[in-house]
Amino acid sequence: MADSNWLTEFPQLDRGELRDIRKALDSGYREFSREYGELIESFFDPLLTFLVWFEKLLLATPWSIVIIAVAGLAYWASRSWKLGLGVVISFLLIGYFGMWDNTMRTMSIILVCTFLAIALGVPIGIAMARSDRTQAIVTPALDIMQTMPAFVYLIPVVMLLGIGKIPGVIAVIIYAIPPVIRLTNLGIRLVDKDVLEAATAYGANPLQRLLGIQLPLAMPTIMAGINQTIMMALSMVVIASMIGVKGLGQPVLKSITNQYFTLGLFNGLAIVALAITFDRVSQAYAKRAQRHMGGLNND
Amino acid sequence: MTDALIKIENLYQLFGPTPKKYMGLVHEGKSKDEILAETGHTLGLKDINLSINKGEIFVIMGLSGSGKSTLIRHFNRLIDPTEGVIKVEGTDVMKLPPKELEQFRRHKMSMVFQRFGLLPHKSVLDNVAYGLQIQGVKKAEALDSAKKWLETVGLAGYEEQYPSQLSGGQQQRVGLARALCTDAEILLMDEAFSALDPLIRSEMQDQLIELQKTLHKTIIFITHDLDEALRLGDRIAILKDGEIVQQGEPEEILLNPATEYVEAFVRDVNRARALTVETVMKDPAYRITAETIKEALEQMRGFKQDYGYVINNDGYQGIVKEDTLQEAYDDDSKADLTNELIEQVDALEQDAVLESVIPTTLEAEFALPVVDTDGNMTGRLSRGTLSDVLGVRH
Repeated sequence: MADSNWLTEFPQLDRGELRDIRKALDSGYREFSREYGELIESFFDPLLTFLVWFEKLLLATPWSIVIIAVAGLAYWASRSWKLGLGVVISFLLIGYFGMWDNTMRTMSIILVCTFLAIALGVPIGIAMARSDRTQAIVTPALDIMQTMPAFVYLIPVVMLLGIGKIPGVIAVIIYAIPPVIRLTNLGIRLVDKDVLEAATAYGANPLQRLLGIQLPLAMPTIMAGINQTIMMALSMVVIASMIGVKGLGQPVLKSITNQYFTLGLFNGLAIVALAITFDRVSQAYAKRAQRHMGGLNND
Repeated sequence: MTDALIKIENLYQLFGPTPKKYMGLVHEGKSKDEILAETGHTLGLKDINLSINKGEIFVIMGLSGSGKSTLIRHFNRLIDPTEGVIKVEGTDVMKLPPKELEQFRRHKMSMVFQRFGLLPHKSVLDNVAYGLQIQGVKKAEALDSAKKWLETVGLAGYEEQYPSQLSGGQQQRVGLARALCTDAEILLMDEAFSALDPLIRSEMQDQLIELQKTLHKTIIFITHDLDEALRLGDRIAILKDGEIVQQGEPEEILLNPATEYVEAFVRDVNRARALTVETVMKDPAYRITAETIKEALEQMRGFKQDYGYVINNDGYQGIVKEDTLQEAYDDDSKADLTNELIEQVDALEQDAVLESVIPTTLEAEFALPVVDTDGNMTGRLSRGTLSDVLGVRH
């Protein structure tokens, strides 16, 4: 028999067929991007305008005001002067070592990405918590988003939108949005059934239950998700720089290709400083906002 | 019979994925275990019929797993029954569309929960005002009213605290204030005091009884504690495995348990504290209404005992013995029945709890007369009756 060796050799598609499949998909997608690329780009135009404006705003603001604003925010969120002082020192060091502009660029894109991730992620998480079917559909999608190597989904995004800020933002959000979705879903599902039942018994409608009970009670968990989202967005900075996102990622990329150890280390440390600032501030805020919920005697 | 405020008719609850499909088996009269084995469905409630009157405290009692907490959730449809009718003031609650059901829950009923169900992220005052806030009442107005109710339950000064800062008893007072704050006519209390320690529990019971005197709410109270049921209930329904095995007034259940199950329940109750004289006393027989000794002796001849209770227009006067009468008669056969011949024996009040009359009843050589508040004799209580009622039954 002709195919008697199928036990030892995998009965795979032959090269020609594989090539045809690739060609068909590639040309199909290329045509799609040629056809709709402009349309989709123009759809993102307002976002691009905002990104550019926000970056310019941060760059144009005198460094002293930025530091005061960030440190003030840190203090307001945490009521801890140690954290405020730490923020001031790390930003001063960043500026002293000549990384101020790149840090502002990175900060602007991270803040916008986080904002978008929350704006998209929380509603998706709510939808997941309300229906097991939605959860069953969204969960595998989140798995893919978290495990698929970023380069793989960068290809179609770049094909469609070219290189620049928007594809960078999309890549960062794809990678960073899963935690806020997952933890919003989890937080709402974990809300004490007794409390929810009480609200229902007093005639609360679904919206009143969501806004008055579920979201506030899920807030510690949601905040943990937001915190994770910020961290993951920061870790994408280097990859995003490969498709033209300016900021702290680009010097890191340059130092990888040219083996500039010190340049890489400084910029890497600046990213870490940003990450720690965001992390501590958001965590301290979450903790403070929920302080009276600790140790509720409900068992 | 007063008009029923809430009526539940032929209510069934079958838990499982396709309950409607198997309701036939339930109507065939198969037992809970048979249905579970055959279909995997759990029969939660079976053929419940209740009618609850305006202004009464109706206690539904049962052990865990009897379906009592399931049943109370049917009144405001936190759980929908598989079959059956729930009527409140003639409105079929089952037929209410979602919006009207919300309105119904907001205005007609409020609920107190075993595990309090307070909102941990809101202050005590906001918790109490929650029902009004859901109704859309103006904030200032809602808080004013909440403050008033918080005061009523004895928690003035705790307004700005959070529930986690209060003790269990205080948390449940907040729960009670929240329920009262909406001014709903019907109060559902799901094991409201079960999670509290005994001392606080009895304090809360007292408070509820005190409040009910002025508020006259219709209260449906769930409990697993018979003493609590007897203490609070105007009427009691006993639930076992999803069926009502007996319903009636507390004394009726104590004295005439319908099944062995109820009897086993009732056995451990402190009857001396649960029953009043009125519920166990015998008929007001052996009354002597005569004016002369002669007539009195004639009346007494018909008795099975050698003494009688002297009654005139002013009610009960005292006890007279046959031999005293005979002596007096032998002296003067035409004499009137005068006070000298009557022994002054204090009567028992019919509303008194048995516990309080044990000593006097046991010491008395007579069966003691029982009178109402106007002094009219309404019954009698003997040592024998008392020991029958309080003694261990077999």
